[in-house]
Amino acid sequence: MTEAIVEYRGVSKYFAGIRALEGVDFKCRPGSVHAILGENGAGKSTLIKIMAGVLQPDAGTLLMEGKEVSFAGPQAAVDAGIVCMFQELSLIPDLSVADNISISSPPRRFGLIDRRAQISRAEELLARVRCEDVDPNALVRELSLSRRQMVEIAKALGRNPKVLILDEATSALTARDVRTVYDLLGELKDAGVASLFISHRMHEVEALCDTLSVFRNGQHIETFQKGEKSEREIVRLMIGRDVDAQFPPKPDRAGEAATAEPILKVAGLKWGNRLNGIDLSLKRGEIVGLGGLDGQGQKELLLALFGVLKDVEGDVIIGGQKGLPSSPATAKNAATRMALVPEDRKTEGLMLDMSIADNLLVSSFGKISRGPFIDPGRAAAEIGKGIAKLQIKVGSADDPVMTLSGGNQQKVVLAKWLMIDPDIILLNDPTRGIDVGTKQEIYRLMRELANEGKAILFYSSDYAELIGCCDRVSVLYGGQVVSEQSGDGITEESLVAASLNIGVEAA
Amino acid sequence: MKRGSTRSSDLKRWLSQNTGFAAALLLFAILFLTYNVLHPRGFSSAVAIQNANETVAIAFVAMAQTLPVLIGGLDLSVGAVMTLTNCVASELLTGSPLQILLGAILTLLTGTLFGFMNGCIVVYGRIQPIIATLATGAVAIGLALLIRPKPGGNVDDDLGWALTNSVWDLADTYGFADGGEAWWLRPFADIPVPFLLVVLVAVIVWVPFRRSVTGRTVYAIGSAEGAAYMSGLPIQRAKITAFTLAGFLAACGGLYLAIQTSSGNADVQQAGAYTLNSIAAVVLGGTSLLGGTGGAIASLVGAMILRVISFYFRILDIDPLLQPLIEGLVLLTAVSFGAFRTLRVKNQLDLFR
Amino acid sequence: MQISLSKENRPIVIASLFVGVILIAGTAYTLSTTGTAPLLSVNYLLQQLQTGSFLGICAAGMMMVILLGHIDLSIPWTLTAAAMTATAVGGDLAIPTALGVGVCVGLLNGIGVAWLRIPSMIFTLGVDTVLRGLMVAQTGGFAPQDRATPVMLFLAKDRIFGVPATILVWAAVSIVIATLLTRTGFGRSLYATGSREGAAYLSGIRTRWVIVGAFVTSGVCAAIAGVLLTGYSAKAYQGMGNAFLLPAIAAVVLGGTHILGGKGRYVGTLVGVILIVLLNSVLSIMQMPEAGRQIIYGAVIIGMLLVYGRNQRVTS
Repeated sequence: MTEAIVEYRGVSKYFAGIRALEGVDFKCRPGSVHAILGENGAGKSTLIKIMAGVLQPDAGTLLMEGKEVSFAGPQAAVDAGIVCMFQELSLIPDLSVADNISISSPPRRFGLIDRRAQISRAEELLARVRCEDVDPNALVRELSLSRRQMVEIAKALGRNPKVLILDEATSALTARDVRTVYDLLGELKDAGVASLFISHRMHEVEALCDTLSVFRNGQHIETFQKGEKSEREIVRLMIGRDVDAQFPPKPDRAGEAATAEPILKVAGLKWGNRLNGIDLSLKRGEIVGLGGLDGQGQKELLLALFGVLKDVEGDVIIGGQKGLPSSPATAKNAATRMALVPEDRKTEGLMLDMSIADNLLVSSFGKISRGPFIDPGRAAAEIGKGIAKLQIKVGSADDPVMTLSGGNQQKVVLAKWLMIDPDIILLNDPTRGIDVGTKQEIYRLMRELANEGKAILFYSSDYAELIGCCDRVSVLYGGQVVSEQSGDGITEESLVAASLNIGVEAA
Repeated sequence: MKRGSTRSSDLKRWLSQNTGFAAALLLFAILFLTYNVLHPRGFSSAVAIQNANETVAIAFVAMAQTLPVLIGGLDLSVGAVMTLTNCVASELLTGSPLQILLGAILTLLTGTLFGFMNGCIVVYGRIQPIIATLATGAVAIGLALLIRPKPGGNVDDDLGWALTNSVWDLADTYGFADGGEAWWLRPFADIPVPFLLVVLVAVIVWVPFRRSVTGRTVYAIGSAEGAAYMSGLPIQRAKITAFTLAGFLAACGGLYLAIQTSSGNADVQQAGAYTLNSIAAVVLGGTSLLGGTGGAIASLVGAMILRVISFYFRILDIDPLLQPLIEGLVLLTAVSFGAFRTLRVKNQLDLFR
Repeated sequence: MQISLSKENRPIVIASLFVGVILIAGTAYTLSTTGTAPLLSVNYLLQQLQTGSFLGICAAGMMMVILLGHIDLSIPWTLTAAAMTATAVGGDLAIPTALGVGVCVGLLNGIGVAWLRIPSMIFTLGVDTVLRGLMVAQTGGFAPQDRATPVMLFLAKDRIFGVPATILVWAAVSIVIATLLTRTGFGRSLYATGSREGAAYLSGIRTRWVIVGAFVTSGVCAAIAGVLLTGYSAKAYQGMGNAFLLPAIAAVVLGGTHILGGKGRYVGTLVGVILIVLLNSVLSIMQMPEAGRQIIYGAVIIGMLLVYGRNQRVTS
């Protein structure tokens, strides 16, 4: 057994008295691809932030290649050979690709940054990640999300890592890029680099990693080699109990499907070059999934339906009314009420600084007011109902919403919208970055809502969710619906094939 | 063939990445040329010298304002620091050449130290720049009033003459280059010295700064502070440097104002006006108030635009009472041009970023 | 009794304590020099609050805008323009005219910021310059009526039950703003928009109208202050609003409102205004020269903010 390149000994970290990590012993060997698994709040991000020098441990020691180290900041960690790619990209949008790749230690001449050397260095590194199409002089803000992620990878490579940390680093990549990253990780492994890999996608973990470590409640539960445990066992380790059937049962809707009038009907929806003629329908009581690779127009479709996009063309009928709402406010207040759970709960779903109560009420001022004045009694009642219905774990409703865990934050977003009793619920990847337990609660809630007669349009980047939750799935490709599947016809195989816009036979 | 095409695409990229600056440059060129055409003595050295003299102070203050703006902040003390250093200079710029030199250095040092203090308050005190500098601006005005309760001062006459006229006059005053008649000085003889001073400071201070890691960090902070921190950039150093340089550049403005007017004046109104005009100049130059894009050269152009507009009142037969109104309307119109981009945004969420 | 201070109330309590310190220090000074304690006389305090009302009303409007993370630099000339237009119209229509000017300027600011999305810092600065230009042009061309109307004089000079009417106007404005902020959907939407505009928009708040509403409130507040100030000095004159801009911002921030928006309570602004007013009157009792005043003024703001106004460190 080779010596550990990074080792934690009894490391603890607390935030305002609440433990994030406690007494963690953890080792990571050179030449391995090591997955860190755990629910949200399990301590994974604290673990890597300590390694990357962003946080300092409150107790315990960190060893690198057998020597005790302590990093004062991210640069110190980088100097020691620990390079981290964070979920929130660490690229500077207003600087060029070349600037970003050599951001903190650029090549210099006479003490000043040597632009020419910097560009050739960028070209070299971009070639290594097979992104020769990216112009080193382009600003990062001009690039698509997947290109940015590849630039981030090139930047990390350029820092000659001994330890490379990838935190959800593949979430926005195209299939081709994911393969490139897989190959790269293989090369790095052969070169003796230790890669730490954090992902909520089991199939990625299976494909890439050789060692797995499970964390729960700030503690290191177990580390084992790939193949030693089944997926079910791993999930049990992560949540600390057995999982029942992951998804609630789907009701048999074969009979009513033909008769009911759709509450939402979309034909030939076009917007810029992102939506190229979407056809779709949604009935009450139905959960319709939106599938496909990331960035095929799913998010734009949801935003268009919610009145966020301008100059959308096509025929839309919502609850018998023609036309799209002109803004989220009209979408919310129309006869057929709509709600949208947005992509990024931290910037689009919640006002993080504000209290849980304020966040819950923010869409329902009309409902809880008498004339222009808010009725405190009604407000308190609604808050209580919302918290109870979604079983949000709160100390006090007056605490800032950012003190909640990711899963509970997402529940606040959902509860906020359920307060207006919406007819159509648009969900944009609501379970992304959320722990397994809360995910299941959300699945159950979705089915309950559908059974109450609400119509749900559900985008997810996780195929398993689409298969498990949806009555029908429309797969998008290049801004068009390329395949519609329903009932037992929704399989991973058919979804993947449709996502790549190839026939099922070919897959 | 290929080379030519990449060059034109390079230009295209530069334009798309610096639209605001390019527009400002074009606007200035048009305004300035038209002004000289309309002016009875247009395109003459005398007019250029007069214009340059009136532009220097605001140009320096606008360049000073640029740095805090780039990090996404604002420095409401630049006008006050300029006033303070103006008063300091009015006390010190006299005596032997050595004493004058020392006085100039002390003046610049005052501004630099004041800026450094601003930076420390913002970084270590963790107070929003706009509010911190609002307060230190009051302190600077107070100090200026202590030094010079009434306008006045004593500035070396030769220096005042030499630095506010053409290169020929400079050489003539100090008797170098054969009193300005040397053949190698000929091509430059008519250039206004104040213009050269601004360019000199821009070249020896701004350009190297822009190409240092600290300078890059300043841009990175304004663009995405969290990402800059994660990338291991020296955030605190860059912020302090930004405010320190702002102090230095404001001091350059104050120093020049003292030389130009041969006096110091602790005028609160004037300090406030310079601060607000510096913000206007920064925006006119195409620098985003949100930080991350733009630059001191752009602000220099912005300041020149502001000044050219006021020059027009002298040559056109406009009621002087209308001057403030027209200046205001021009400013509003200019900043509203940026709004056309907003109206083209198709995804409303993009408006909030 | 639990003695824990929520983050929101801490600045307010500290600022209140500081108000106490100013009163004690000022009284100690007057006792030692003249043997009197004017700062503790009700009449003197009412008089000080009366002159502080103009600032207080401006600050109330400014707070609405700062809660959004914006700023209104047009207050000085909105105040002046409202006052000058009102006296020029004269008669019973004077005050409605002033308020109308406030509403119009507010609308213009709101549209520029909310629809054109020009940074408020620069747009309101431009509007301020334009208003100044308009006033200069107006008074230059012909000499308009600039005398305060009887109603203005009454509001500024008379007392009702021993309390200056000006203070009552300030109190009324305060009650309206405080109710607006805490008890109405508009107020809560204001906090939500200031906290994160994108999330507020996606929650179905008409954020543009919220922004317009805040700027209109600010414009109207400036106009009310203009009316009162005209009555106080018996006429409207150019530059009458210049002294209020920076102190109004300082008062709002000293009261704990976050300059980037989303957080702050109206009580804080009230305490902030009182702090500044008392500081000014103590300094004038001490016959502090202008230079010393400016330095103390700046030092107090920095000092107070160092105690409670610190930002969180950026770590992610």
